Amino acid sequence: MGMGAGMMLGGIDLVALAAMLMVASTPILLAATGELIAEKAGVLNLGVEGMMIMGAIGGFAGAVLTGSPAVGFVAGAISGALMALLFGFLTQVLLSNQVATGLALTLFGLGLSALIGKGFEGVRPPATGKLDLGALGDLPVLGPILFRHDWVVYFSLGLVVAVWLFLHLSRSGLILRAVGENHEAAHALGYRVVAVRMGALAFGGALAGLGGAYLSLVRVPQWTEGMTTGAGWIALAIVVFGSWRVERVLLGAYLFGGVTVLQLRLQAAGYAIPVQLLSMAPYVITIVALVIISARHRHGAQAAPAALGRIFHASR
Amino acid sequence: MNRRSFLTTTAIAATALSLGLGGAALAQEPLKVAFMYVGPVGDMGWSFQHDQGRQAVDAAYGGKVVTSYVENVPEGPDAERVLTQMALAGNKLIFATSFGYMDAVMNVAAKFPDVRFEHATGYKRADNVATYDARFYEGRAVIGTIAGRMTKTNKIGYIGSFPIPEVVQGINSAFIHARKVNPAVEMKVVWAYTWFDPAKEADAAAALIAEGVDVLMQHTDSTAPQAKAQEAGIYTFGQASDMSAFAPAPRISSIIDNWGPYYVARVGAMLDGSWASTGSWEGIGAGAVGIGEISSAVPAEVKAEAEALAAAIGAGTYHPFTGPLNKQDGSPWLAAGEVADDGALSGLNFFVEGITAQMPQ
Repeated sequence: MGMGAGMMLGGIDLVALAAMLMVASTPILLAATGELIAEKAGVLNLGVEGMMIMGAIGGFAGAVLTGSPAVGFVAGAISGALMALLFGFLTQVLLSNQVATGLALTLFGLGLSALIGKGFEGVRPPATGKLDLGALGDLPVLGPILFRHDWVVYFSLGLVVAVWLFLHLSRSGLILRAVGENHEAAHALGYRVVAVRMGALAFGGALAGLGGAYLSLVRVPQWTEGMTTGAGWIALAIVVFGSWRVERVLLGAYLFGGVTVLQLRLQAAGYAIPVQLLSMAPYVITIVALVIISARHRHGAQAAPAALGRIFHASR
Repeated sequence: MNRRSFLTTTAIAATALSLGLGGAALAQEPLKVAFMYVGPVGDMGWSFQHDQGRQAVDAAYGGKVVTSYVENVPEGPDAERVLTQMALAGNKLIFATSFGYMDAVMNVAAKFPDVRFEHATGYKRADNVATYDARFYEGRAVIGTIAGRMTKTNKIGYIGSFPIPEVVQGINSAFIHARKVNPAVEMKVVWAYTWFDPAKEADAAAALIAEGVDVLMQHTDSTAPQAKAQEAGIYTFGQASDMSAFAPAPRISSIIDNWGPYYVARVGAMLDGSWASTGSWEGIGAGAVGIGEISSAVPAEVKAEAEALAAAIGAGTYHPFTGPLNKQDGSPWLAAGEVADDGALSGLNFFVEGITAQMPQ
């Protein structure tokens, strides 16, 4: 339906499939990239689901109230960042347990978003336009796959590149990693561990919030209570199985989104593959692929930042 | 992938608090009735409608009854835990409103013989366990008729939740009646394996739309497919709740679950001591299944045809599963004029002839 003449394989339009894949993967990619930065700084924030759902309602409310999807996305990012800063205050300043606080953040976010969202049920958000890339969008095959999306899709991909460059080539990226590997050494060198971690958390929260807003403004698009239904947990898992490397997080998110969309398309096309197998395929394939890649490079098991989840206090 | 909202467990906490006062129970203490929902009451679909029924109980009995609910209870071990909590908190009548709670209800009911349980859409009963269901397939026959008339691509999409009899009845009934008015109709089925997951329901809708479907039905609980259909400019039907926010299009009609009368009657039976374990299965005739307003997007003659069918089903002069009907593999199921009995329907696990989608086994 209006997807243009695509490449057909076994009755499935691959071009339309690839385009759907990118939309389905974007919320998880955003949240996982954000969590990667937080964990690289040594903070384990299990509240991704809570930050995402707050981003979903914050973004939805912002877009509906102002009529501007762009304002909505900013509001979603701010909502997620505020949640992350709350987590940061509890874990970095008050030194609470990160696992327990993260779980609490998820529950808090789910409840608070349901409360805020009461007035937004059944409301339609303003449509997020696709970027007009001119002639690029008219290219055969590549046009519909790559060049007819909204800006958030491109932003998320650009972000992966930026995060890779930041972590590997920049001085601040090195400081962030140092804080995550050995906070006492970083502190001894004069780096402000808590400040770095608060910054990383806020960045991670903003991205989780943006992912949530993408869910409520583009992928679904509407507000429904509890609408993230575990996307945050998938993002967390992808960071671990992607052994804390942003390029693998991208692969994991696209694999998960891709197989999710593919299995639904195979069902719709009436393929005689057991539905139960199709249904669990996204989880199995993503985990197996990422584990194999990590195992091949041996250091997978040791890839976790050494100070991940440990409490830092400058007195030691 | 399930999660539960702890905000609402405050309802349970509140009742648990009052348990401490249970020893001092007075004869005039109000009857406590609890409801367990599989999704959030804000799903605007299945759980929303059950909660409307709960509110009808509140309105009908005022101070004589205290109701509470827990939402987002996954179908699994958590269900048993929540039911146990509800029973311990002094609730005397507990409504478990999803098929997958069946074994949890039976287990907990065996431990609390003094507490009465009501399980929606299941088939296992005990002295203190009743079951209740609505004949949604009657509504499906009506919207199937509309779908068959409205499709231009002759492809109707159906988002299934789980391959259980209730859902299979709906797919068969919709297909039979769409075919009846449009012999070229095909039905595409996608199983979401969830009752409530807006993102997945939206993806399922998008997959069906990419397959060329221009009329979409759903047996999942959120309005996400409605939003996707609106983007694509195709037609849908409200599911469980009227979903009138999406009228006049994409939503062109709806199947409305109306649990209020049943809940009010059963709570009344508790109050006057006449409660007994029964299996209730009402449809359009008794008002348990409603057909939402057929919108202006539907031509008048199609609307009239659908309304006539609904009236015939309601009056009991027509049964949606009337032979001749063959099973999907071509073997005979119902002879000409034969009507499916309730036993066969409540265990229905096959598609009828003409549906090409496969049934998960």
